[in-house]
Amino acid sequence: MLNFLLSRLLTFVPTFIGVTLISFSFIRLLPGDPIIVMAGERGVSAERYAELQQQFGFDQPIYLQYWDYMLGVLQGDLGQSFVTKRPVVDEFFALFPATLELSICAITLAVLLGIPAGVVAAINRGKLFDRVLMSSALVGYSMPIFWWALLLIIVFSGWLGWTPVSGRISLLYYFDDVTGFMLIDSLLSGEKGAFGSAVSHLVLPTIVLATIPLAVIARQTRSAMLEVLSEDYIRTARAKGLPPSRVTYVHALRNALIPVITVIGLLVGTLLAGALLTETIFSWPGIGKWIIDSIFRRDYPVVQGGLLMIAVMVMVVNLTVDVLYGVINPKVRKS
Amino acid sequence: MAETTVSVERPGRLKEFWFYFRENRGAVIGMWVFMALLVIALFAPLLAPHDPTQQFRQHLLQPPVWQEGGSWEFVLGTDALGRDLLSRLIQGARFSFIVGVVVVMIASTVGITIGLLAGFAPKWLDTIIMRIMDVILAFPSLLLALVMVAILGPSLLNAVIAIAIVLQPHYVRLTRASVMSERHKDYVTSAGVAGAGTLRMMFITVLPNCLAPIIVQAALSFSTAILDVAALGFLGMGAQPPTPEWGTMLAEAREFILRAWWVVTFPGLAILITVLAINLMGDGLRDALDPKLKRS
Repeated sequence: MLNFLLSRLLTFVPTFIGVTLISFSFIRLLPGDPIIVMAGERGVSAERYAELQQQFGFDQPIYLQYWDYMLGVLQGDLGQSFVTKRPVVDEFFALFPATLELSICAITLAVLLGIPAGVVAAINRGKLFDRVLMSSALVGYSMPIFWWALLLIIVFSGWLGWTPVSGRISLLYYFDDVTGFMLIDSLLSGEKGAFGSAVSHLVLPTIVLATIPLAVIARQTRSAMLEVLSEDYIRTARAKGLPPSRVTYVHALRNALIPVITVIGLLVGTLLAGALLTETIFSWPGIGKWIIDSIFRRDYPVVQGGLLMIAVMVMVVNLTVDVLYGVINPKVRKS
Repeated sequence: MAETTVSVERPGRLKEFWFYFRENRGAVIGMWVFMALLVIALFAPLLAPHDPTQQFRQHLLQPPVWQEGGSWEFVLGTDALGRDLLSRLIQGARFSFIVGVVVVMIASTVGITIGLLAGFAPKWLDTIIMRIMDVILAFPSLLLALVMVAILGPSLLNAVIAIAIVLQPHYVRLTRASVMSERHKDYVTSAGVAGAGTLRMMFITVLPNCLAPIIVQAALSFSTAILDVAALGFLGMGAQPPTPEWGTMLAEAREFILRAWWVVTFPGLAILITVLAINLMGDGLRDALDPKLKRS
């Protein structure tokens, strides 16, 4: 087990170095003088130019620049925003809870609906229910979610007037951040109606962000269940007279869930990419919108830092899933 | 002798493929829709009733024909600049197909070559190649494409290049994995004994036997490419207005979302139908080409 853990950790290191190389090169690959490019129409004074050149280290040889960058990264310093002048790391952690809250809600919704749907479809394989469910899953999987978001806004915000169009909570409420999660903070604030407002703001973005993971989980659960249900030990369990529900939910589902858990782990990348679009459309103040806005504001230190943080997050989650997989399934450890 | 066996076997394989593909009704429907869209894309200028960029100033935001105020002149209505929505959608099919084809061609050619190389290369080179692919795969594809377009400058061509780069590691991994499982089979060894050079082994002996999963991946990345280019266009980092690219059309339509549902609904529907048709086909291809999954 220790060997397995170490070998996985060892592959993490070169990938991490590669990821820092990519985010490091990003600013340096911009055509022309990066400082002039970033300043854009704002322009930049001569002193500020020199100051920035020193801040980015552009006056040094490239390997020294990378070395400094790497040292900074390892100490949690990702540079400063060009626009707000605040450290990129601070901005990231200020906005991250919003994205995390949205992602947790989305993945919870996807798991709660997707796994039962996949199981029921597998049990009723070939029947109408299975066909309808799997067709819907394929539609969900093929969905351009930015359009899906607009459609939901038209129907639920425009025609029915049930949900607000943007933000995390109505401007009528104001209370301090405690956890950064609006659902919890609004409850803690004790203001009447605040929680309801937070929920109504959260519903549409959650549905939009959950759509593709839901489809993937339902499809994966179904095929994993079908594979497991044809195994010999299931036949044995049935033959010895166990009730069908016990065979399905205890014997089959437990083993079928192993590949499903892996897939859920791999969906983190999908969620973060989805957050870019979802947050932009619903003006959700999370890291997805932050990165998109920064690209348009040419705030490249932010883009660079965000890029690195997201890649590292995806890598850490994948590593965790990989290790967990080894814990659940001893066969993987040996190979 | 060898000639005859080949000519007997070939139609058999195709027939077998068609037999399994046909069993999946969704796949057949997907194929017909795909064909129809392909015809539309090929003959777009002939099929479109109007020039997709012509502005009819008297007909701004005119609703589709079945709604009050609609007319047969603009079947699906017009956008905020008075351009015919149907003509723009038809023209947009072209862009989506070109994007899909070009991305798959670049990504698969580069990916397969690197994958074969990794499969045949000495261990150290293989490790380096695969670590580089891991790095690319650590980024969500849309984000990496977005950042690349930020470097290259927003345009349809740059979006296509970025997405091709982001999608090719999947081909590398697939190709390498199949090469690894094929490499030590007897027929490869015998080809080596018969004096086949490395290049011949890679492309002529081994590659044809690795194609099945790659073809399925090609279908998958065709639809991913269309979705991602539309997403980039929607974010303003893909095709630029007035190009009638579906994602870009959606971006332009956003501000009229509550006033004119049709300018938002139809471009997205076009994306969904195209992607769905390709994914349906992809499922059928997988069933037909992957013997392990045939019975499930």
